[in-house]
Amino acid sequence: MSDRFEPVIAVLCCNWCTYAGADLAGTARMKYAPNVRLLRVMCSGRIDPAFVLRAFAEGADGVLIAGCHPGDCHYINGNLKTMRRFPQLKTMLAQFGIEPARVRLEWISASEGDVFVKVANEMTGQVRALGPLNWKVRAAVEPVSGLAEHHAG
Amino acid sequence: MADKKLQFAIYWAASCGGCDVAILDVNEKILDIAAAADIRLWPVAMDFKYKDVEGWADGEIDVCLFNGAVRNSEQLHLARLLRRKCKVMVAFGACACFGGIPGLANLHDRKSIFEAVYGYTASTVNPEGTTPQPHLKVPEGELTLPVFFDDVYSLSQVIPVEYYVPGCPPTPDTIMTAVTAIVTGSLPPPGATVASDKSVCHDCKRKKSDKPTIKRFHRPFEIVPDPEQCLLEQGFTCMGSASRGGCGALCPAVNMPCRGCYGPMPGSLDPGADALAAMTSILAASDDATVAAETARLLDPLGTFYRFTLPVSVLGRAPKAS
Repeated sequence: MSDRFEPVIAVLCCNWCTYAGADLAGTARMKYAPNVRLLRVMCSGRIDPAFVLRAFAEGADGVLIAGCHPGDCHYINGNLKTMRRFPQLKTMLAQFGIEPARVRLEWISASEGDVFVKVANEMTGQVRALGPLNWKVRAAVEPVSGLAEHHAG
Repeated sequence: MADKKLQFAIYWAASCGGCDVAILDVNEKILDIAAAADIRLWPVAMDFKYKDVEGWADGEIDVCLFNGAVRNSEQLHLARLLRRKCKVMVAFGACACFGGIPGLANLHDRKSIFEAVYGYTASTVNPEGTTPQPHLKVPEGELTLPVFFDDVYSLSQVIPVEYYVPGCPPTPDTIMTAVTAIVTGSLPPPGATVASDKSVCHDCKRKKSDKPTIKRFHRPFEIVPDPEQCLLEQGFTCMGSASRGGCGALCPAVNMPCRGCYGPMPGSLDPGADALAAMTSILAASDDATVAAETARLLDPLGTFYRFTLPVSVLGRAPKAS
């Protein structure tokens, strides 16, 4: 085994399109990077930006949000809400010091197993190039118990 | 009967003093407070020494109203000391509750803040590069200063807290609700926030549509707001929908978008994420290019959405440079 960095990519994907697309990739025995961890929600519109923040805080190196193509949403317009949230989320993450290339929004339909494979591999590659995020260590808050007090009156 | 009076302590840590002034904003009711309680400690208004506080018996004080975040060793000392001396600890104001405006310093660390403040801000004149030192020997002895921490803490991140009175500052009504509950012994269960459990929008009198949309984001100085219509629908970054009410929606009533000083709604996963989702998902645009162009008009999302809450958010701070 090589020593190269293996990133953890959290994939927040919708039940109707992207999860089915990933399923198709699996049943068609297409190979893709094992770094992606799929987390299924009913609609990409359900993905609270807090989920993305939590994923980074809990150790993900990258987060991929994926849902139905615009116009194809099972709930009519849930994915449009995701689309509208995404640019500001990316800007805000950059303000926190999280590189924009660590997050990605993709539309992957149920028939696009090959697109899922391509995106999973690309995402793994681009996050691997950035290196570990290691949020828990790099943004650790000093434990209060270790802080000295100042007693002068 | 003087010994039957409630014993109050009011302390300020990393704060601007606005919370102390807010207590005076209850106007003549301050006399009722003074009739019901002895104010034993109030640095902004009265002379006292920390040694006096150290001399009190543990639990001697009934209630401490603690305003300000904790970001240096003196504030930490007083927070711990007052915790011992007071039966009930109240995080008073946005800084004590959530870290507040000083909490935005969590985007930096001590070193980079000192470099900016004593080095290169536009108004800094410091050719010798003097920075404050925690210890200084002088003929009379040694002088000491508290040390700054790398992080800003909310009060409950440092000591156990019984109640939260949010606001920047808490409104006189919120203060009187809290003080009345204390004086009459009708306090809610510990851990409660003395404010509304509904959002600011619930108290806001502006007209809101069932399916609101935003065509374009505006900063307050860019357009004159319509006095009747919802400020968010007019494109202002009003935090009302993602913020706890109880303030009476005072800011939107005078054409000022809510800044979210009463903190996140109960059950919120992350205060900034709530606001970001609420504001951007109702944009009218439905294509990538227009969405990107319109949301780019919303400058400084972090500073807007976490204005008072960065230390208690999911990410909490930015990585430290060192």
